[in-house]
Amino acid sequence: MNSLGMAWRQLRSAWLAGEVRVLLLALVLAVGAMTAVGFFTDRIQSALNRQGSQLLGADMVVVADHAIPEKYRLEAAKLGLNAAQTLDFPSMVVHGNASHLAEIKAINGGYPLRGELTIAAQAFGAGRNTQGAPESGSVWIEPRLASLLEVAVGDSIAVGERQLRVAALLQHEPARGGDMFNIAPHLLMNEADIASTKLIQYGSRIKYQLLLAGSAVTTATYSGWIKPLLARGERLEDVKSARPEIRSALEKAQQFLGLASMASVILAMVAMSLAALPFVQGHLDTFALMRCFGASRRLIMRVLIQQALLLGLIGSLLGCVLGYMAQAGLAALAGSLFVEALPPPSWTPALAGLIAGFAAMLGVVWPHLQRLGDVPALRILRRDLGDLDAAGWLAYLPGLAVMIALIFWHAHNLKLGLVTLAGLLALLLVSAGLALLGGRLLRQLPLGSSSAWKLGIAGLMRRPAMAVAQVIGLSLGLMALILLALVRGDLLHSWQASLPADAPNRFIINIQPNQIADMQSFLSGSGIGTTTVLPMVRGRLIAVNDKPLVPAQYQDDRARRLVEREFNLSWTAQMQADNKILAGRWWRADEQGKPMLSLEQGIAENLGIRLGDRLTYDVGGTPITLSVTSLRKVEWDSMHVNFFAVAPPGVLDQFPASYITSFHLPLGQEATLNQLVKRFPNLTIIDVAALMQQVRDIMDKMVYAVQYVFGFSLLAGLAVLYAALVATREERTREATLLRVLGASRRQVVMATMAEFFCMGLLAAVIATLAASTLAYYISAHLLDIPYAFNFGLAMIALVSACVLVPLAAWLGVRGLLNQPPRQILHSI
Amino acid sequence: MHAPDVINGLAIEVTGLAKHVTSNQARLTILSGLQLAVPQRETLAILGASGSGKSTLLGLLAGLDTPSDGKVLINAQDIALLDEDGRAALRGRSMGFVFQSFQLLPSLTALENVMLPLQLAGRDDAAGQAKAALNRVGLEQRATHYPRQLSGGEQQRVAIARAFAPKPAILFADEPTGNLDAATGQRIIDLLFELNAETGTTLVLVTHDAALAARCQRRLQLIDGRLEPI
Ligand SMILES: Nc1ncnc2c1ncn2[C@@H]1O[C@H](COP(=O)(O)OP(=O)(O)OP(=O)(O)O)[C@@H](O)[C@H]1O
Ligand SMILES: [Mg+2]
Repeated sequence: MNSLGMAWRQLRSAWLAGEVRVLLLALVLAVGAMTAVGFFTDRIQSALNRQGSQLLGADMVVVADHAIPEKYRLEAAKLGLNAAQTLDFPSMVVHGNASHLAEIKAINGGYPLRGELTIAAQAFGAGRNTQGAPESGSVWIEPRLASLLEVAVGDSIAVGERQLRVAALLQHEPARGGDMFNIAPHLLMNEADIASTKLIQYGSRIKYQLLLAGSAVTTATYSGWIKPLLARGERLEDVKSARPEIRSALEKAQQFLGLASMASVILAMVAMSLAALPFVQGHLDTFALMRCFGASRRLIMRVLIQQALLLGLIGSLLGCVLGYMAQAGLAALAGSLFVEALPPPSWTPALAGLIAGFAAMLGVVWPHLQRLGDVPALRILRRDLGDLDAAGWLAYLPGLAVMIALIFWHAHNLKLGLVTLAGLLALLLVSAGLALLGGRLLRQLPLGSSSAWKLGIAGLMRRPAMAVAQVIGLSLGLMALILLALVRGDLLHSWQASLPADAPNRFIINIQPNQIADMQSFLSGSGIGTTTVLPMVRGRLIAVNDKPLVPAQYQDDRARRLVEREFNLSWTAQMQADNKILAGRWWRADEQGKPMLSLEQGIAENLGIRLGDRLTYDVGGTPITLSVTSLRKVEWDSMHVNFFAVAPPGVLDQFPASYITSFHLPLGQEATLNQLVKRFPNLTIIDVAALMQQVRDIMDKMVYAVQYVFGFSLLAGLAVLYAALVATREERTREATLLRVLGASRRQVVMATMAEFFCMGLLAAVIATLAASTLAYYISAHLLDIPYAFNFGLAMIALVSACVLVPLAAWLGVRGLLNQPPRQILHSI
Repeated sequence: MHAPDVINGLAIEVTGLAKHVTSNQARLTILSGLQLAVPQRETLAILGASGSGKSTLLGLLAGLDTPSDGKVLINAQDIALLDEDGRAALRGRSMGFVFQSFQLLPSLTALENVMLPLQLAGRDDAAGQAKAALNRVGLEQRATHYPRQLSGGEQQRVAIARAFAPKPAILFADEPTGNLDAATGQRIIDLLFELNAETGTTLVLVTHDAALAARCQRRLQLIDGRLEPI
């Protein structure tokens, strides 16, 4: 026979009877949340990459210490990528008697490919945006270089053997990559003039760059093509590898989003599990009858599989549509926040959603359906045969397995996945324990003559397994709601607060010790407060544990570059507030002058340095050896001055140091900077406002996106609550009717039901509040590194509203039934 | 189209049938040493007090349940030799059922309900045969209605159409009028016997109703786990 038609008709009637609705709704929500997040992160990711590209000046850059091989350029041209080439090298620039080291960038083609340069006749204010190289014979220089050389626009300066005219001052160059504290002032020139400077000779230290820009697909194709070809001294840089600040913000954002979609998935699957049993129960009679009329077990199984697949298909498709609409709505709402229109999403999230949807449906429903296949035909004569019970742990294992797989898929992070899983299992155990304990306590309660309470509690006791399942479901649903409130309010706020509006947006480097006081009074005179002024000494790492370092010993290009470069060493008694010790310990006050060193964890990892290693630096020709006594984690996205290597005071004091500080320059006060540079020409001011704005933008957008995605968790949480409430409705209706037939008043029946649900609600609220607070604490303290404060008020609100809302919902559920005369209900069941 | 499996043999032959159940450690004997032989085309009524084991016996005869002891032969086929699916196939091939509580599938229309056993048995033109059966019970107008849109009597007529449509060799009816008022019950009974006469089905009817039992060729009473003539 046509089993598919059979399967379809049964689903249709199950829909009418309402059993399948919760199941399908939960599946739609789960898939919807997954695909919405999938689509959205997909689009945001590419939008952010594009924004980040402006800081790189391109989507990606091939960097080499020798001329870029021709085939790299040809392949880029073949793929239709936009390309530009630059040559970077340091050189002295001379004007009259003054000379200074400048970082020369010779440009061939449109530079930057992403973002724009701002050039002007004066140092600050009123410039114009442009892309491309200065005309042949002319240069653009940074204002700092102009003041050091005392040149104005129109003057000529000597670059190597060539005289070049200063055509404009370079106010803003978004793509000023590299270590921003190490770079000499920039000079941009046309590559056509390079030969005549005679600066390019064998052995010159030149950085060759091939900048590339294009669609996400072609850049991905290109990077896939080039990666295996990269030879020694060549590397590919993209947005993430270029900017730690952006990467850090992006990773946090992704964790938030992953968390949000994970919460939805967990909740939706719990709702599905709760809804699966009533759905399957509803089919018992049908299959008994089919068996009676001669259907084979195989046929029944086929109908069941087809039903599960049909449900999975419908739910997943609807979920994908919902997810797509949700992200489209979000993109439309958030559109104005983004610099440019969001790129269209790819279709992979939809595919992933479909697969996940099928897996979830089969995992949750299949074990129950499997049991349906064994329905005895005799049930048709004896109603009590073959009833399924809620217990039977094995039946939940496949669903749990699918859930675990989805958790790890969405966590984007093994640790987060493990923690979530452990938390979830702990929650299950604790709530099951509490529910059983609570039940025992309730039985001992001296209830006096209140029959409603007695009836209600007896109701709970009648189905202990189902009651525990309901309490767990209710706790999870409530937990999601509370967590949502906590995350929305507290966590996102703390994250944003970690980069306040008055966070430093300018750095000053090169401050001489005798200038500190003058400079500070100058700035405070202009109404600008500075943060701490930190010393900085340049040193080259020459030996680890007394073994001399050879840059070539490092396989990794990045590590090699780190070793070749000079380090900025600093000293301080107190650790920076945004740093965190990961290993070892910070020095005590009485340890000043001891040869100790605190290293940033990332750089230690890159160089393979461990706690206790002895590092020897060459500082201006003098070797100094320090032991690594702590490893620190640094929040680079806080925009504070931070150092990879820090020593205690009294260790490096004998070396010539310059000082560095940061401050917040309010918008419109750029003129102050002109005066500052005039007064202290040797100072270097670095503008990180654009970078900060970038980080802040990402945060704002993410906060928005995360809240939106948590909306799904909210719906899924409600679905869980609903599923928990309707899970026993059939039975409850029968009982209530019976009570009425036996002479109970409407009021007594309602009170009994509400008493039952009040107990469940109270228990669930306690569990949920505890769990949500613990989870929020963990998320903030260990995953996102932001301070957490227990929100007592919110916990109270959650507790009280759960105790009111759960019985209220239950009352709404039975109310309609009680208005009918019992005879009619008896007839209909 | 319909051909009984064995033309002149017994439709049902039961020897030494026993059924015990154990619940709460107590062994309860429902049937023991029960003998029964039902020739082809016979109409047989089984009477008995409530709880005497009538439904249990019916379940055993139909292969819905397995006996604790004894043999059940349906058209000379020992059903103990068949597995679950074999018994299901035997039911589909040669048995029809009418239940006290109708047992129509709420998800299917009247016509689809009648079609169900025909489809399960793999008959061609299930729809045509089902329509003819519905016509026969006078419900051609209600073919597209769902069970909840039909009265109890109408539902039982659909159930009768469903039972007779595949032209089974044996029809089991467990208190087919138990849920109906007297007048409606009477019409259902008339219909059942008319159809039985037309198709020459063996009919095994379980009832407390003496008037209904009186219309059968033979009446047996179930007492202390055995069948005795009245
Ligand atoms: N699996 C079982 N477990 C326990 N007791 C059983 C089981 N099956 C049947 N019984 C008992 O056996 C007896 C016979 O049941 P059965 O349903 O066959 O009676 P009946 O004659 O059909 O009664 P009624 O006329 O009320 O329908 C009853 O007392 C019933 O409780
Ligand atoms: Mg009975």
